[in-house]
Amino acid sequence: MQFMLLFSRQGKLRLQKWYVPLSDKERKKISRDLVQTILARKPKMCSFLEWRDLKIVYKRYASLYFCCAVEDQDNELITLEIIHRYVELLDKYFGSVCELDIIFNFEKAYFILDEFLLGGEAQETSKKNVLKAIEQADLLQEVYELVL
Amino acid sequence: MSDVVEKTLSALPSLLSLDSQAGAGKLSPSSKLGNLIKGITELTSKHEEEKLIKKELESIKEQVASPNTTMRQMKEIMVRAIYCEMLGYQASFSYIHAIKLAQQGSVLEKRVGYLAVSLFLNETDEFLLLLVNTVLKDLQSTNLIEVCMALTVVSQMFPKDMIPAILPVVEEKLTHPKEIIRRKAVLALYKFYLIAPNQVQHIHSKFRKALCDKDPGVMTASLHIYLQLIKENPESYKDLTGSMVTILRQVVGGKLPLDFNYHSVPAPWLQIQLLRILAYLGKEDQGTSEMMYDVLEESLRRAEMNHNITYAILFECVKTIYTVHPKSQLLEKAAECIGNFVLSPKINLKYLGLKALTYVVQQDANLALPHQMTIIECLDHSDVIIKRETLELLFRITNAQNVTVIVEKMLEFLRLTCDDYSTIDLVGKVAELAEKYAPDNVWFIQTMNSVFSLGGDVMQPDIPNNFLRLLAEGVDNVEDRQLRLFAVDSYVSLLQGVTAKLPQRFLQVISWVLGEYSYLREEESDPGSVMRLLARLLDQRHTSTETRSWVLGAMTKLCSSPVSVALARDVCERYSGSLNTVLRQKAQELMILSQDTKLRARVLPAEGRLESLEVDSSLSFLDGYVSEALAAGAAPYKSPHQRQEDLVQEKALSLEPYGLSLPVSLSSCSITDRLTDRRSPTLLSMSSGLSGNSTELSHQEGSTTLKLEGVKRVWGKDGYLAQQQSAGETPTPLVELPNPLLSPQSPPSQTQKPSSGLEPDQEKRQLASSLFVGLGSHNSVCLMGRAETAPRHFRRKPRGESSSGASEGSSNSSHSSRSAAVDNLLLSNLLDSTTVASEGGAATTTTPQQTSQRTLDHTTSNGNPHVEGTEQRVEAGGPLSLIRGNGMVAVVPPTHTQTDPQTQQDLHPAPALERPRDLPLASHLPAELSGLARSEFTPLCSDQDSSLALSACRVYKEDALVLLVFISNNNDSALHQMVLQLTCKELEISCISGSPLKEVKGHSVSVCLHTVVMKRASVQVELAGLLSYQRPLGQPQAAQFSLSLSLKHFLRPLTVSTGDYGKMWLSFSHDLKQNLRLVTTEHQEPLTATLDALKGKLHLHVVDIIGSEGIVACRLLQGPGQGQPCLLHCRVNADSLAVWLRSPVPELPDSLLYHCQKALTET
Repeated sequence: MQFMLLFSRQGKLRLQKWYVPLSDKERKKISRDLVQTILARKPKMCSFLEWRDLKIVYKRYASLYFCCAVEDQDNELITLEIIHRYVELLDKYFGSVCELDIIFNFEKAYFILDEFLLGGEAQETSKKNVLKAIEQADLLQEVYELVL
Repeated sequence: MSDVVEKTLSALPSLLSLDSQAGAGKLSPSSKLGNLIKGITELTSKHEEEKLIKKELESIKEQVASPNTTMRQMKEIMVRAIYCEMLGYQASFSYIHAIKLAQQGSVLEKRVGYLAVSLFLNETDEFLLLLVNTVLKDLQSTNLIEVCMALTVVSQMFPKDMIPAILPVVEEKLTHPKEIIRRKAVLALYKFYLIAPNQVQHIHSKFRKALCDKDPGVMTASLHIYLQLIKENPESYKDLTGSMVTILRQVVGGKLPLDFNYHSVPAPWLQIQLLRILAYLGKEDQGTSEMMYDVLEESLRRAEMNHNITYAILFECVKTIYTVHPKSQLLEKAAECIGNFVLSPKINLKYLGLKALTYVVQQDANLALPHQMTIIECLDHSDVIIKRETLELLFRITNAQNVTVIVEKMLEFLRLTCDDYSTIDLVGKVAELAEKYAPDNVWFIQTMNSVFSLGGDVMQPDIPNNFLRLLAEGVDNVEDRQLRLFAVDSYVSLLQGVTAKLPQRFLQVISWVLGEYSYLREEESDPGSVMRLLARLLDQRHTSTETRSWVLGAMTKLCSSPVSVALARDVCERYSGSLNTVLRQKAQELMILSQDTKLRARVLPAEGRLESLEVDSSLSFLDGYVSEALAAGAAPYKSPHQRQEDLVQEKALSLEPYGLSLPVSLSSCSITDRLTDRRSPTLLSMSSGLSGNSTELSHQEGSTTLKLEGVKRVWGKDGYLAQQQSAGETPTPLVELPNPLLSPQSPPSQTQKPSSGLEPDQEKRQLASSLFVGLGSHNSVCLMGRAETAPRHFRRKPRGESSSGASEGSSNSSHSSRSAAVDNLLLSNLLDSTTVASEGGAATTTTPQQTSQRTLDHTTSNGNPHVEGTEQRVEAGGPLSLIRGNGMVAVVPPTHTQTDPQTQQDLHPAPALERPRDLPLASHLPAELSGLARSEFTPLCSDQDSSLALSACRVYKEDALVLLVFISNNNDSALHQMVLQLTCKELEISCISGSPLKEVKGHSVSVCLHTVVMKRASVQVELAGLLSYQRPLGQPQAAQFSLSLSLKHFLRPLTVSTGDYGKMWLSFSHDLKQNLRLVTTEHQEPLTATLDALKGKLHLHVVDIIGSEGIVACRLLQGPGQGQPCLLHCRVNADSLAVWLRSPVPELPDSLLYHCQKALTET
């Protein structure tokens, strides 16, 4: 996977994770163009896009768009399921996740993503294991904050 | 105190929610970040947002700079900074604080610090170097969370050069008791493998252990590495097929813990990964494929549930089935599966169905037939993505019958799209189809008109080039005339309309065609009409300068009638004052040629249009001038490569202070002086630093009274000048002569100075091989200045030698001097090798009359009596090879061709007669190479009935790697129209044979020679080859093969003194350190033994061994006369060898180290 973007229906970026080294300028250009392209598509359209030289897989959940760029030979459907699994993870963690959860706790969303995808590859597909790892750190945080 | 209470209270809600909600510690919206976010959502305009964020960033900046800010506050600040960055505002001042937070914070602050770093920076950022120590410390921490964080950041981004620093610690983690750590460590190594494959080369055995890990997660992670490894080199991992099949069978059979299920499908990610690996393993390998048929079938059968994830597996399964060696039963099932995709009402599945079809129709176009209706529906689908994919599918199944329809559909799509990427791609495809399958001329021209108008100025430039060549080629028969006439007519009518919308490229094409072929319609219309149209075009505002110069060029060809001349004069007046020099020049040309009919007839002959241009690219007409100059003492020509190398070496070695610079009066001696003044060549060498002579000379000339004793000339008008390294070397030419007459193609007479006799010294060989290099790529000259590479099909007919095929023309007439150069090289080497050949009793090479005759011609013309003598000697030796001008050496086995054994007996030694038909290929080695070190013969491929077999052999020449491809024809019929293409983007391949090989007689072997050098150092490269040929009465056929070449084939010893080594060492900037294992033998010191092993395997030069240290040098071949040095410094450390590599090029140490490791592991 080359990168993952989360953005709202209004085109506001909510999360961005880049797995290929790109300059700040390129990142901005890509996300701007891509957000525009995807928002212009109708709901019944295909979830896959050949966009420039990239293959884009995207899916909308409520008001949020999840969008991944993958290599040409990658399996589009499994990428769609990666997005879905990530949403499931967020849902389980936040308890019926909504856009506001991700806006206010975006660093948590990043931590979950890092536990699920590492360097652009799915590292742990077991839902239980991902959440266990996050909870351990969270628990530590609470204990630590209590001590202070 | 109150502060603590407040914090405790704020933490409470999240603690309370711990039980109900998996510990989701919701941040209260009243926090600072919450306030910021709320503030932003309340704003209405972008401008207000900007103002607010600016204020926020100011306050963040202030806080991070304050020494009173605690790490805890810093963590909170960093989150806000991340937020601002996400909104698109720069917070680069906070990057360094993110690193600081990762360094100094407690566990959880660190976590945010690492997150911020991974979001702000990318792996090329220099800031990351500051993180290396922190990462190292955290990797060694006893706190699991810290280790996890460090591994996470390492597998996201880590500076490539710093990998050795942490590699051992990461490696250690592979045996960590916690599976989460092992898994992350495997993924970190995967990342290392991707960015620096050579550095993890030594831990491949540990990857195998990870593959066998008891935790399925770790095993899954290791498959990422294996997928990559197997993709790059499937041959080495065939032994894993069994294991992969077993794993897949277990997964499919539901043997994994339920945790790994996803929507009750067992470990889909793992399944897909395994299917992809199997595809690579089974590709073109029947044996391996047979092992996996069962499990593939089971996967297909099991994945029947109606859920996206099962479709994902099915799709991958189908792809694998169509990639591995085919099995009809499986193919049937896969085709059925594709049908389900295509017919699915779900649009995503439909898309994938089309994609799968596109993939499989390349094997069997009939597979598309059952889905005709669906495809047609998809063609008018409302989603462009579906349309686009359908067109892709149609493109693959286009043939002469359906081409008009498909092209029409593609053009329709093009008219609607505004995306440059699809335009470029589709326009290229339309042009390809039009050339291949055009049913008639009218259609072809109309289609190409659409291509040019739609492709506009974004399309690939070779489309107009190919089109123009196609028009220009072809014999002058009725059909070709019609095509051209039709093109002219259609362009005239286009120009009569509105031209403002036509792209510049199209206008250029139009101008050229009208200029060339307007005469075809001249009879029927008034003579000035085309001229007038062009003049109108010229004056239009939207016409670019480049197009204008094309138009002026066309007008020059057209101004034959009085009307046109008047028009031309008019145009000239306006443009001869143009500010653009090109336009001005073109206008001048037009002016002169339109007035001088005779001159025009000579420069642009009307009859000559159809003949191909013959260009003497070797500039043999200058031979006389050059040899005169040489005789007068001028320095021989050096190619730009060589000069550059000299410069590089000079720069690398020069530690002395620069000399004083020479006064301008001398350095500016112009080329005209050199041409007229007989002493000028000396003048040249004078300025190159031979100060003794130059002083005298300048005094004689009296042009300057400056004292020049001991003054080296260091700076010239082209910059820093090369200097002599030692007295033994030939003088370096000073500057490249700016005279256009002296092109880089140096005439062959330079290669053999009359005085130097026959000794093949290094200098001349390099020059000769640089001529060889030029021959491969520069010889074919065509109208559009581009050599033909890919075969084109449109209306291409076999043409005779006399027609315009660019390369044929060149090999026929204009390249006498080129073949002379070839012969010269072969000859000079023949001298060395004849003895070898005859000693071996295998006198196989002969020079036939034809070649020797030609060589004789040239040697005489070059005035070299020595060569002539040699030639006769070789001839008398009497073997039988055909060294043709095109460099192909055809060897005919004597047993087959000899009809009269009696006469042959006289000519040949007896053993040659008794040699069996399947000669060992060694006997076909060209004589000039037979004395050199070479590899074994590797079989490349053979066709089914083994009537054609290809083998390869590498010959290690001092300045190049020569790759020989042996084409053995074991059939009675000859092979015709042979073309051998070798491609590899990492290599520079130049064919010693410049033009097509043409043919191989029945039962004989031909050899093709290529010199190969590496463009950039890489560990191993894959060379793809394609031989196309035709049997009499047969269809054209092609044989494909691939060959891998490793870096070590391109390494040569670099002989330097210890002193030079020291100087070079200091000047090289790229280095790499690593410990290698020592080789121990009974008789030698470990160091000597190790270095000897390296020397033997990698052609290194051991410069010196002092005590426990040794220094070694080598160079990587890179173009004729060029090479990149790499130095190794080795020191024995306990039981390992610490190696330090340095080179001026970044990739070389890395790749060389890989081979050193490999060489030592093998010993």
